[in-house]
Amino acid sequence: MEPMIVVEGAAKTFTLHQQGGIALPVMEGAALRVMPGECVALTGPSGVGKSTLMRMIYGNYLAAEGSVRVAGLEIRGARARDILTLRRETLGYVSQFLRVVPRVPCIDVVAEPLTALGVGVEEARGRAGTLLRRLNIPEALWSLSPLTFSGGEQQRVNIARGFVHAYPAMLLDEPTASLDAANRAEVLALIEEAKARGAAIVGIFHDAEARARVCDRELDVGVFAPAQPVSG
Amino acid sequence: MSGALAVLAVEEPLLEVTGLTKRYGGRIGCTDVAFDLWPGEVLGIVGESGSGKTTLLRCLAGELAPEEGRVDYTGGAGTVDVLAMTEPERRRLMRTEWALVHQNPRDGLRLGVSAGANVGERLMAAGWRHYGRIRETAADWLGRVEIDPTRIDERPTAFSGGMQQRLQIARNLVTGPRLVLMDEPTGGLDVSVQARLLDLIRGLVRDLGLSAIVVTHDLAVVRLLADRLVVMKEGRIVESGLTDQVLDDPQHAYTQLLVSSVLRV
Repeated sequence: MEPMIVVEGAAKTFTLHQQGGIALPVMEGAALRVMPGECVALTGPSGVGKSTLMRMIYGNYLAAEGSVRVAGLEIRGARARDILTLRRETLGYVSQFLRVVPRVPCIDVVAEPLTALGVGVEEARGRAGTLLRRLNIPEALWSLSPLTFSGGEQQRVNIARGFVHAYPAMLLDEPTASLDAANRAEVLALIEEAKARGAAIVGIFHDAEARARVCDRELDVGVFAPAQPVSG
Repeated sequence: MSGALAVLAVEEPLLEVTGLTKRYGGRIGCTDVAFDLWPGEVLGIVGESGSGKTTLLRCLAGELAPEEGRVDYTGGAGTVDVLAMTEPERRRLMRTEWALVHQNPRDGLRLGVSAGANVGERLMAAGWRHYGRIRETAADWLGRVEIDPTRIDERPTAFSGGMQQRLQIARNLVTGPRLVLMDEPTGGLDVSVQARLLDLIRGLVRDLGLSAIVVTHDLAVVRLLADRLVVMKEGRIVESGLTDQVLDDPQHAYTQLLVSSVLRV
């Protein structure tokens, strides 16, 4: 069986043009392999580069060296449209922030990844509703924009949107942060179901108990810290 | 559905722009601009005022004549260099397969005739003759852009700015164009009206399979609307890529400045 997500020798440097063009190496030699059905936790203290590594896999951060492959597609140097297709069909991402067009009803925000794949609106809304119900978003809120919701509700809408399509690969950035016990259990169950259907998952979980329950392995991102720290 | 789409998807860009240069006397409007646009894609062109983005759009729309370059368009009649077209050919293209949505709806509407006539006019220009069908289609499109169809006989001057902009979009999309050029489509509108318009444009792009080029200085608009971004400065493209990559990990000094200058709410 081929790994779904492969990172080999990846490096990341930020060049800050507004600060005299200083180059800030933040990661080098990053390596990771995730098999279908496996969940790998990225660990290490805040600022060590967990989200950076995740964004290099998603393609919104450009890796400086090495190789980043998802479902066989080399992300480094890939055409924008190939990455867009990968994200639509294969690679899901639950970020910590809900970014949506204002005014769009919650149910359509969650259904959108399905309609983008060509699923009919009624079926997509039906599947979105099933997830929203599981995540305890009251039906009375479904016709409202989630931007008016509380932080915890927005996070659950974001999770519903991330799980509505059965992506073969998923990136989860703090999916259980600030959820109450019942919703946390529901999210962990969603992750377990995704693994059972063969999804390869990379996650960041500050919640050690959650990590222990759903993750098969941990990867300390601190080992990819650049050898020579920047001076000054 | 996705299988059918895959068969239909032609591996060929809808638009290929190369070496496009427009000067105003000794001053550069835009220079050596090159990019492509694929079917179903929304491309955002961002930059400050004076960066050349509107000049570029006006060159594409045929409102300005560039000195150099090619704009190869693959449409109903095969691949053609739009810049080499005769004026009647270009005008015909602009009222059938292409559409231009102006920033100010008053520039894209005829204020002296009714809302229905504004929409119907483009159908007649495309060869429609049956009055009843034209009126029926116009009413249908008013509904699609959330304008009460009972207001079909009112003039656009009786509408609010947001309604005028939606009417302009209906007028442009009624003939089923493949490519829509938009110049600051949400500029000058209240924030709540902008949001409604963004939602409308996104829905139309998805449902009709349109490709679009959206020129704007508003990074929040392109974040929600565009698949890819082109960043312009002093008439040149300084950076391009996936929208979230350009906004989250900008490489060029100018893009870093633009992104860091945005007010967050």
